[in-house]
Amino acid sequence: MDTTSTTQSRKSSAREDRYQGHDYYQLDELLQEDHLLARDAVRTWVKQEVSPIIEDYANRAECPYHLFKGLAEIGAFGPSLPAEYGGGGMDEIAYGVIMQELERGDSGIRSMASVQGSLVMYPIYKFGSEEQRRKYLPKLGSGEFIGCFGLTEPDHGSNPAGMVTNIKDDGDHVILNGAKMWITNSPVADVAVVWAKDEEGIVRGVIVEKGMPGFTAPEIHGKWSLRASITGELVFEDVRVPKTNILPNVKGMKGPLSCLSKARYGIAWGVIGAALDCYDSALRYSLEREQFGRPIAGFQLTQKKLAEMITEITKAQLLTWRLGTLANAGKATPAQISMAKRNNVNMALEIAREARQIHGGMGITNEYPVMRHMMNLETVLTYEGTHDIHLLITGMDVTGINAFS
Amino acid sequence: MNVLVCVTKTPDTTAKIGFVEQNTRFDQNGVQFIMNPYDEWYALVRALELKEAQGGKVTLISVGLADCDQVIRKGLAIGADEAVRIDMDPADSFQVASEIAAYARSGEFDLIMTGKESIESNGSEVGAMIAELMDWPFLSYASKMEMVGSTATVDLEIEGGEETVQVNTPFVISAAKGLAEQRIPNMRGIMMAKTKPLQVLPGSGAAARSSIVGYSLPKEKASVHLVDPERMDELVRLLKEEAKVL
Ligand SMILES: Cc1cc2nc3c(=O)[nH]c(=O)nc-3n(C[C@H](O)[C@H](O)[C@H](O)COP(=O)(O)OP(=O)(O)OC[C@H]3O[C@@H](n4cnc5c(N)ncnc54)[C@H](O)[C@@H]3O)c2cc1C
Repeated sequence: MDTTSTTQSRKSSAREDRYQGHDYYQLDELLQEDHLLARDAVRTWVKQEVSPIIEDYANRAECPYHLFKGLAEIGAFGPSLPAEYGGGGMDEIAYGVIMQELERGDSGIRSMASVQGSLVMYPIYKFGSEEQRRKYLPKLGSGEFIGCFGLTEPDHGSNPAGMVTNIKDDGDHVILNGAKMWITNSPVADVAVVWAKDEEGIVRGVIVEKGMPGFTAPEIHGKWSLRASITGELVFEDVRVPKTNILPNVKGMKGPLSCLSKARYGIAWGVIGAALDCYDSALRYSLEREQFGRPIAGFQLTQKKLAEMITEITKAQLLTWRLGTLANAGKATPAQISMAKRNNVNMALEIAREARQIHGGMGITNEYPVMRHMMNLETVLTYEGTHDIHLLITGMDVTGINAFS
Repeated sequence: MNVLVCVTKTPDTTAKIGFVEQNTRFDQNGVQFIMNPYDEWYALVRALELKEAQGGKVTLISVGLADCDQVIRKGLAIGADEAVRIDMDPADSFQVASEIAAYARSGEFDLIMTGKESIESNGSEVGAMIAELMDWPFLSYASKMEMVGSTATVDLEIEGGEETVQVNTPFVISAAKGLAEQRIPNMRGIMMAKTKPLQVLPGSGAAARSSIVGYSLPKEKASVHLVDPERMDELVRLLKEEAKVL
């Protein structure tokens, strides 16, 4: 037999990360030099630090903790917070671009950065006292401290306002009781920003530190998604927390919701990274893989998949770019962020599923990143407000009628 | 130690290479440019290490048009203090070297560093020409450099081995793999780079001494032939008639 072969052996194609960005509408022209530099830097970092190890960690359902330091060094924690508080002093588009490149690597790695920056550093910066800012932010920004964000409870997920975790006055302390569930980073966190109701039923933010008596953070096992990210509970049994650890400058659900807006904004950008990685892999695979004597990219059904993928990615890129300019101007509404989060996560998940098909049997293995992204995106579809909850937010925004309860 | 680091933009290694204007110019259309890796990973980073150890200043210089600015800005983000761009589209290495030498004479530099080559033309010319024009010693393909005071001990890659030499500043050195390790700019560096000076100067008027007559691409690699192990005669025939190695 004398054949011309481009078939990849099962080993050779996988480990090397050949990802390239895709910019069908020349949107790079809308980005500034610092955005492009940030993207380039994080992409290089991901190729060096994440791609070579991520399949292995995800496979073993282990969190690559050592990456916290590296994420801090490149400046992925709170890039849009002021530099004097451990942030990067960048704009919201730079923050989005960074999240996109991290999630191109893995949604779990992006989650590490989202939580640390948007859900822990942001509320301390925004609602904390000057003393709290000085005490925690530099250490969180440098990765010396790992943070987590406790809002969801076992019986209150989509309806966090129904929370039962509570604080009771005890002189210059409060006594914290209750439990939080599904908390990213909790088992390894040094500090937790916990949302709890005071005796009047008003939601307050409390900074809880590792080692406070009565505070434990058991790990949740058995996840088929976000396997390289650690998730756990937060359990509080009569934990005495100094009153100086309460975030003084916010009361009510506005506190946690404004953090979520920040993180959701980052997710809307982030998932484009996962989608791009799936598309990039599918495009390359379909050009290299031959069946019936020609590359599978030559078949109309494959082209339909690829064409629709890049169309949806381009639309999502435009949506987030505009959302970024609104956010820079301080004009992005929570409802606008909901729309982008919902649309883009769903887009990414559908692309992951289609890309999985294009890879055929190979698509179910960890030789390619696609199935890992697909499984990760199931979490992203649910956390930070489920797909359906965001739809209800848009519905309420356009009709003025609350359909939640 | 004041170090002048020469940086250039090169097409990304994955860029599709084509030519225009009767094959006399590289087609830049749709091509992504990066900083020449030998300039970035080795020359610049070693310069920064010297500055960190001994104080002084690291200045970047690039001869090119405004589309070089992003590459220069990246160098500033990695840690260079300031940068100069000689605003012209150079026609050959001599013109580049002349402009850099003209600028270097106007400043007080102890050391000029280049990459051992640019990855698109692999010429390895600019460093040597700068040294000649400055009348400074030139050390090429340096894979290690230790500096004590103003004396450097340098390992150079030579055919089949390595050579270790000693030299006093000022000198010109071209950086090879091993001289330093790549640094990824962090977000703070990227933001600081925005406020660092990038001076744009007109060319000194040095003329080019050669011109491009034409470029051509190397022959495409032939596809892989798999030969049935049962058919040794066919293998021998292919090696004889097609590969012409027998
Ligand atoms: C891996 C992982 C990490 C997480 N990390 C964090 C974290 O760091 N911090 C944190 O606080 N939380 C975190 N979460 C929790 C996450 O935000 C919640 O899982 C999410 O808000 C949904 O809550 P639930 O799981 O209780 O689902 P439920 O609220 O019980 O929802 C179940 C289903 O019912 C639907 N539903 C609920 N209410 C309505 C309604 N009114 N109308 C229509 N449909 C409705 C939902 O859309 C969903 O489909 C994480 C979750 C995961 C999986």
